[in-house]
Amino acid sequence: MPSAGPVAGSRSFLSRLREGDEIARMVTFLFAASVVLVTLLLVFDLWQGSVLSRHKFGFNFFRTSVWDPIFDHFGALPFIYGTLVTAAVSLILAVPLGIGAAIFLAELAPARVSDTLEFFIDLLAAVPSVIYGLLGVFIVVPLMRQYIQPALKHTLGFLPLFQGPAYGIGFLTAGIVLAIMVIPYIISVSREVLLSVPRDQREAALSLGSTRWESTWKVVVPYARGGILGSIFLALARALGETMAVTMVIGNTPAISASLFASGYSIAAVIANELTEATSNLHYQSLIELGLVLFLLTFILNGLARLLIVATSQRGAGMGHA
Amino acid sequence: MKRIAGMLLVVLAVAGVLWADSALSINGAGATFPYPMYSKWFDEYHKKNANIAINYQSIGSGGGIKQVTEGTVDFGATDGPMNDEQLKAYADKHGSGILHFPTVLGAVVPFYNIPGVSADLNFTPEALAGIFLGKITKWNDPAIADANKGIKLPAEDIVVVHRAEGSGTTYCWTDYLSKVSDEWKTKVGKGGSVNWPVGLGGKGSEGVTGTVKNTPNSIGYVELIYAESNKIPYGNVKNAAGVFVKASLAAVSAAAAGAAKDMPDDFRVSITNAPGKASYPISTFTWLLIPEKFSDTAKRDAIKGFVKWALADGQGYAESLSYAKLPKEVVAKELKAVDKIQ
Repeated sequence: MPSAGPVAGSRSFLSRLREGDEIARMVTFLFAASVVLVTLLLVFDLWQGSVLSRHKFGFNFFRTSVWDPIFDHFGALPFIYGTLVTAAVSLILAVPLGIGAAIFLAELAPARVSDTLEFFIDLLAAVPSVIYGLLGVFIVVPLMRQYIQPALKHTLGFLPLFQGPAYGIGFLTAGIVLAIMVIPYIISVSREVLLSVPRDQREAALSLGSTRWESTWKVVVPYARGGILGSIFLALARALGETMAVTMVIGNTPAISASLFASGYSIAAVIANELTEATSNLHYQSLIELGLVLFLLTFILNGLARLLIVATSQRGAGMGHA
Repeated sequence: MKRIAGMLLVVLAVAGVLWADSALSINGAGATFPYPMYSKWFDEYHKKNANIAINYQSIGSGGGIKQVTEGTVDFGATDGPMNDEQLKAYADKHGSGILHFPTVLGAVVPFYNIPGVSADLNFTPEALAGIFLGKITKWNDPAIADANKGIKLPAEDIVVVHRAEGSGTTYCWTDYLSKVSDEWKTKVGKGGSVNWPVGLGGKGSEGVTGTVKNTPNSIGYVELIYAESNKIPYGNVKNAAGVFVKASLAAVSAAAAGAAKDMPDDFRVSITNAPGKASYPISTFTWLLIPEKFSDTAKRDAIKGFVKWALADGQGYAESLSYAKLPKEVVAKELKAVDKIQ
């Protein structure tokens, strides 16, 4: 329909309404706008709901690390630290594994193997987080205490990261459980992105004499970089906000320690644990403010992620042209 | 297709009308600890009074206090009594007060996992406070060993495990520690969630139990009812009279009876560290929170009727669910207080 464009522009509003275009436009606009609206409402509500604690603590909320519901001292630092550390550990473990698996499934595995495995990966992504929490408590924690932590202590014990008593729960365990949870996201999205890289790209590389691995690693993966980064940020978002699985294995101690064996706490976990029994107003509102902090944290990290994608995709394009 | 949809609508509408007509619906929310008891009670009461349906959501004591204060539920329930500030907030909002009614009793017990030790350990108040303050760090510390002659305790570090989320269990435990240790009172205090000096937080009773079972040389605390139903062995605690008592329903009721003599008129009383040789010291009431004034007289009468039934016939169900019954003196006093509801 080559003439559709100009005709649509010249039709009257009423006729467009009658034909449904305008209705479709308005309805879909409403749907799109509701996303923004819900976000704004959420921020507004968190902001309103934390008046007391924001006024009482101000910026100190971010700088102090005492969390005492009885004497009404609230500081967010240990929770911010715990959230960031567990998310970082999980990504450090999940990114290489996830992308490696995605490359195998998209580039190297026969189609039938790839599709079958994809089915299992989607299944893993749909498992409720409390199940991962149970897996953590009953399998990962004992394994950590008996084998992994002593081994780490023995080999890398000179690093402050791997010192102190090893109870099996703590930052490292939480990070590992989170990694298990986010790997399916990374694999699933990265695989799709890699599969959508045009065949020409591979063929061009191969015809220039590169090996299969060279074409994959130097051409296909850089081409799909934006999408792969997208999958990592999806994983990061999930890791930052995960509640149930983390609280079951992190130890729930609002403390900052250099050691990954130590027990800590995350923002989402403390909100879930304490909100229902928060009897003092200040305690309740401090938890709401923590919600605001988590929102901010997600917002900032997402913004950085966008910047990173823009920066790298431009460099990628530049390299492509050169 | 249309006919089916139409018929469904009619059925739904009729069901809705019948539902609205058949039962006076009363809503409550709060404490999780007495939930099995309450749901049994509401169920039995509904069987006897088909026109009254009581819905209860176990959202936690803090949530119960908050919701009843905001007026979103007809009554609340809590494991720790409301403090003066909360009572004032309620009175300011509603122009009338709120009443506490003890319903049943529970207890909290210390349990541990020490490889090679299977006997029931004896704990003095000083030992428990010291362990949870982080001052007693080894199992063979004299504060523990002196009360457990003949048991070989290892020279290992003690791992403290506590509840991660706010809970009535923690309220009772910290209330007890506050009574027996001045240092605990000034440094930590009592509440549903506190700033723990040491230890790991387990999520829920099952989280604490799991962590203790998984971690050699650890100690934690759970409700008596949870320990009983999961066959977890637990230790004895020295009471105010100097006797080591193993928690049991009788020992909990004894603690309540010991406290009954000085029961204040508003029933806001802590029975931890209660007097009496047979009293188990880490015991607690759990309360219903019922507004003094109802605008809906049908609801008022239904709630009054229920409370009277729970205090009389309802108590008969308590022990089969591992809750301790209220002492007679307390029941008598409460029955008088029911008339304050207007």
